[in-house]
Amino acid sequence: MARYLRTLRAFWTSALAAELEYPANALIELLSVLGNLAGSLVLLALFYGRGHGLGGWSWNEALVVLGMYTLLDGVTSTLLQPNLGEIVNHVRTGSLDFVLLKPIDSQFWLSARTFSPWGLPGLLAGVVLIVVAAGRAGAAPAPITVLGTAGLLLCSALILYSLWFVLAATSIWFVKVWNATEVLRSTLVAGRFPVSAYPPLLRTLFTLVLPVAFLTTVPAEAILGRATLPWVLASLGMATLSLGLSRGLWRHALRYYTSASS
Amino acid sequence: MKRTLRLARVLLSVQYAYMLEYRAEIALWALSGLLPLIMLALWSGAGAAGELSLSPAALNRYFLAAFVVRQFTVVWVIHVFEEDALQGRLSPYLLQPLHPFWRYLAAHIAEQATRVPFVLAIVLVVWLLGAGTSGWPPPSSLLLGLLVTQLAFLLRFLLQSVITMACFWSERAAALDRLLLIPYLFLSGLVAPLEAFPPGLRRLAGATPFPSMVSFPARLLSGGEVDLLGGLATMAAWMGLLLPLYLLLWRAGLRRYAAMGA
Repeated sequence: MARYLRTLRAFWTSALAAELEYPANALIELLSVLGNLAGSLVLLALFYGRGHGLGGWSWNEALVVLGMYTLLDGVTSTLLQPNLGEIVNHVRTGSLDFVLLKPIDSQFWLSARTFSPWGLPGLLAGVVLIVVAAGRAGAAPAPITVLGTAGLLLCSALILYSLWFVLAATSIWFVKVWNATEVLRSTLVAGRFPVSAYPPLLRTLFTLVLPVAFLTTVPAEAILGRATLPWVLASLGMATLSLGLSRGLWRHALRYYTSASS
Repeated sequence: MKRTLRLARVLLSVQYAYMLEYRAEIALWALSGLLPLIMLALWSGAGAAGELSLSPAALNRYFLAAFVVRQFTVVWVIHVFEEDALQGRLSPYLLQPLHPFWRYLAAHIAEQATRVPFVLAIVLVVWLLGAGTSGWPPPSSLLLGLLVTQLAFLLRFLLQSVITMACFWSERAAALDRLLLIPYLFLSGLVAPLEAFPPGLRRLAGATPFPSMVSFPARLLSGGEVDLLGGLATMAAWMGLLLPLYLLLWRAGLRRYAAMGA
C-alpha cells in the first residue's frame, strides 16, 4: 500500500511538471468551465422561465444538480480523461506491453498515471455552486449529511470511473474506440438535469442501464436532506458492482491482448 | 478534370475501407450524438410545445432532424491534424501534389457514409417509440434538408479547419476545440429550438455561424417554415469569410512547420 502511495506521488509530481509546460491550457480550461456553466444556466433558465420547471424540482434545487454535474465533470477533466483516454492509444500502438511488464498493477497504472491540474477550476466551480444553491434552497445540512453527501459523491465518481474504464478496456477487442469515451461524456450530459424530468422509460434507463441518476440526482437529494435509505444503499451497491465489473473485465480482456507492432 | 475525379474516387474508397475497419467505433460515435433526443425528452416533459408555437409533433420532428443533422456534421479534423503534425506524418502529405485539406475532407465524408446504417437504425427506433405519430416531412424538404446538411457540414469543417491552424503555433491546439464546442452546443439549436430563446439571445445566436450548422438544416429537414434564401446566403457569407482566412493561416503556418518526429 505504501508503495502504491509513493508511486502515486511520483506519478503526479511528474505529471504536474509536464502540464505546467502548457500554461495556456489553464486559460482554455477556465474559459471552458465558465462557458459551459453559463450555457447550462441559460438553458435551465429557459425551462424555468416558463414556469414549468423540471420534474418538480425548484430552480435552486436544480442548480444543486447542475453543481454536482460540474463537479463530476471536473473529476473527469482532472483524472479520468487524461488517464483512461490514453488506454486506447496504448492498445493501438502496443505500448501497453511496457505497462504490463511493470511490477505494479496494470489497472492502477493506467488509471492513475497522470493528472491534469486544469480540471481543478471545474471542481471548484461545482463545489461553490452546490454550496450556494443548497443554501438558497433552504437546506441547512448537519455535518453528518455533508459527510454522507461526500460519500455518495465518491460513489458517483467510482461509478463514472468504472463505466469509463470498461469502455476503454473494450479497445483490446475493437482496437480503436477513441470515441467510446466521447459517448460517455455526451450521454452523461443527461446528468445536468434531475432524473425525474425525463419520461418514465428514460428514467428507468438512466437508473439501471446508464446510472446517470446515481451520478448527480442522488447526491443532490442527499445534500437537500431528502435522501432515502434504499437509494443510498442502491448507490453503494451500484458503485461496488461497477468497480467489481471493471476489475473483472480488465482481467478477462488482458487474456485477449495480442500486442501490436509499432 | 479526369485526374480530379480519379483522385476523389481513390481518396474516398481508401478512407471508406479504413473507416469500415473501425466500424465498432463509428457505432459508438453514432450513439454519442444522442443529445438532441435527450433534449427532446426534456422539452416534451416540460410541456413547452404549446408556448413555442410549435405543436408537439413539430417539436418531435425538429429534434429528430437535429439528431440527423448532428450525425452528418461531425468534424474532428483538429484532433487528427494535431496528431499528424506532432508525429511528423504531415511531412509526407506535404510532399504529395495534393493539399492535405482534401485528404481530411475525404476522411470525414467516408466516415459519414459508414455512419448511415447506424443513424437509420436509431431514427427507426425513435420512430417506433412514438415520434412516428408526428408524420413524415414531404420528400422535397427531405432532399433539400439533406443537401443543406452537407453545406452545414462544410461550414463546420471550414470553421474547425481555421482553428486547426493553431496547431502550427502550439502543440496542444486541440484543446481549443473544447472552447469552440460551447457556443456550438448552446447557440446552434441543438439543445433548444431557437424559438425558445429570449429575443436578445436569439439575436446574439443569429450573429454567429452556429444556427446555420444545426437549426437551419434541421428546420428544413423537419419541414418547418424557413427563409431558405436568407439561410443559404448566411451560410455562403460565412464560408466566404472563412475560406480566405483558412488559406491565409495555412500559408503563414506552413512557414513555421518544423516537421517534428520521424
